[in-house]
Amino acid sequence: MESITVTFKLNGKTTAVAVEPLESLRTVLREHLHLHATKAGCGQGGCGSCTVLVNGEPILSCLMLAALADGQEITTLEGIGTAQHMHPLQAAFFDRFAAQCGYCSPGMIMAAKALLDKNPHPTRAEIAEALAGNLCRCTGYVAILDAVEAVVTQMQEA
Amino acid sequence: MGVKQLGIVGQSVKRRDGIGHVTGQTQYVDDVFYPGMLWLKMVRSPISRGIIHRIDTSKAEAFPGVVAVVTAKDVPNNWYTILCLIGVEPNDEPVLAHEEVMYMGEPICAIVAETEAIAAEAAGLVKLDIEELPPVLDMEFAISPDAPAIKKWGNNTFMYDGYNHRKLRFGDFEKAIQQADHVIEGDYSLSPIEHAPIETHCCVVKPEPDGRLTVHSNTQALYFTMDNTAIILQVPSQRLHMIGGTVGGGFGGKVDVITEPITCIAAMKTGRPVKWRWTREEEMRKSSTRAGVKMHYTDGVMNDGRIIARKVRSLEDAGAYHRHSPYGVQKHMANLPGPYTIPNVWVDAYCVYTNRQPSSAMRGFGVTEATFAVECQMERIARTIGIDSWEIRLINAYRNGQMRPVQKVVEDATLIETIQAAAELIGYELPAHLKAMSSDDYAGNGGHHG
Repeated sequence: MESITVTFKLNGKTTAVAVEPLESLRTVLREHLHLHATKAGCGQGGCGSCTVLVNGEPILSCLMLAALADGQEITTLEGIGTAQHMHPLQAAFFDRFAAQCGYCSPGMIMAAKALLDKNPHPTRAEIAEALAGNLCRCTGYVAILDAVEAVVTQMQEA
Repeated sequence: MGVKQLGIVGQSVKRRDGIGHVTGQTQYVDDVFYPGMLWLKMVRSPISRGIIHRIDTSKAEAFPGVVAVVTAKDVPNNWYTILCLIGVEPNDEPVLAHEEVMYMGEPICAIVAETEAIAAEAAGLVKLDIEELPPVLDMEFAISPDAPAIKKWGNNTFMYDGYNHRKLRFGDFEKAIQQADHVIEGDYSLSPIEHAPIETHCCVVKPEPDGRLTVHSNTQALYFTMDNTAIILQVPSQRLHMIGGTVGGGFGGKVDVITEPITCIAAMKTGRPVKWRWTREEEMRKSSTRAGVKMHYTDGVMNDGRIIARKVRSLEDAGAYHRHSPYGVQKHMANLPGPYTIPNVWVDAYCVYTNRQPSSAMRGFGVTEATFAVECQMERIARTIGIDSWEIRLINAYRNGQMRPVQKVVEDATLIETIQAAAELIGYELPAHLKAMSSDDYAGNGGHHG
């Protein structure tokens, strides 16, 4: 199959990339553009570790064809903060030990960001609902919910 | 350099790797890419048990983009068992099957290709001629005289000092059970459990110009993996430059040496870097699990709650190969009586082979299963004779100086104090006579000295 050129805004920067017609957005992000924060856990839309934002919506990038990202706005974990300037969610996950092995953390943080961008004052139940598609096998969900809740409280106080 | 101040205990210390995790900068094995890197896919057994007559790889080899096919002939030392490093024998598992298949999903040959998709497609072109045999899937059947012997040594159990089970004998169970006020029996079983780490198995190997291999692995046991890989490759371990330490979830599921030897051989055969990463299906259905276990308890108990005799028969399903199970059953045997002082103990613990995917290490394997059964049995005893749940445990809890069935004297026991602290934490008021117990007080459990 012939490759096609896809152009999208990636973490604020216009990016053009040649993709195979059936390649997933996750594969293109990880293997063509070498943005490795987005993780591959199942390739079946079951674990949430590949969650990125497409026009602000949390999307399982393993299930989205890269070709469909043409003209869209994509945000990955790399686009929201760095080690020197962490996003409040990244700082809260770090401070509150919400990342153990770390493999689910990028997807968790992106799903949480999608929620807070739309609803800055969610209840704990709403946070749990927003993260329900993201599996964690070691940290446990309590520390993760605590971290997101801490950011909500922070924003309310600010 | 002066001596550093000690002061970490009691402090909350941030994770060294935490910022990397939350910013996505931690490098996991699947994040490693080399120019010119090839991809590996495994052809696996479609059935649980059979004799391999022919493996025809010609179509796969001819498929455009396929660079190499790795079969058992390419493995310098094809028969191995990872615990050979602690004396477990005989070697019972082939790196790649060539005579027979012993479980559904057993690796047979590896396709190495320019892309992962090509490798996967070509893997489907390998023709397997396997004569299917009836699989042995039930542990009771496996140890019965009617079962075919699936292991080369002629039966379906690991052999412990010439016996088909690990024995533990302490005191005189047969005599004591006759003297008991109550005989209380219980059956306990667990299904196999998959670790299901979010990061699947992955290995990347790069051949270096000096003849060494750079091995990126998400193993939980880097040096263990290095030694086993060196034995399988028949090379000195200094030729393996192992890079690990970052694991996206393990829980014991990444201590078997499975991906590294084959990926090394593929890299040696092609002279190019190779990546082998497992699909979620491979992780769930082909990787080792916690063993399924069946335990039967027969306890002799006195009216005052003292357990004077305990007999346990346990079957642990190793699946097709040893992996970590012979060692797991050893730990299992030692823990089946529980942390209680019981003067007469009889344990028969079997490490049983079946045509299931192999079981192996997982979080306290052998011990966790025993603890589950022991504590259910303690509840059953408490309810049967009408005694309190706390009391049954405190009466029987082992005390310092008492002899355990494994012939070790108890030292530094804290079981009683831990139970008392647990009661306090949940706001439960223990009666005075239980509060007064301690690990140095023998009178509390009737002065058992074992």
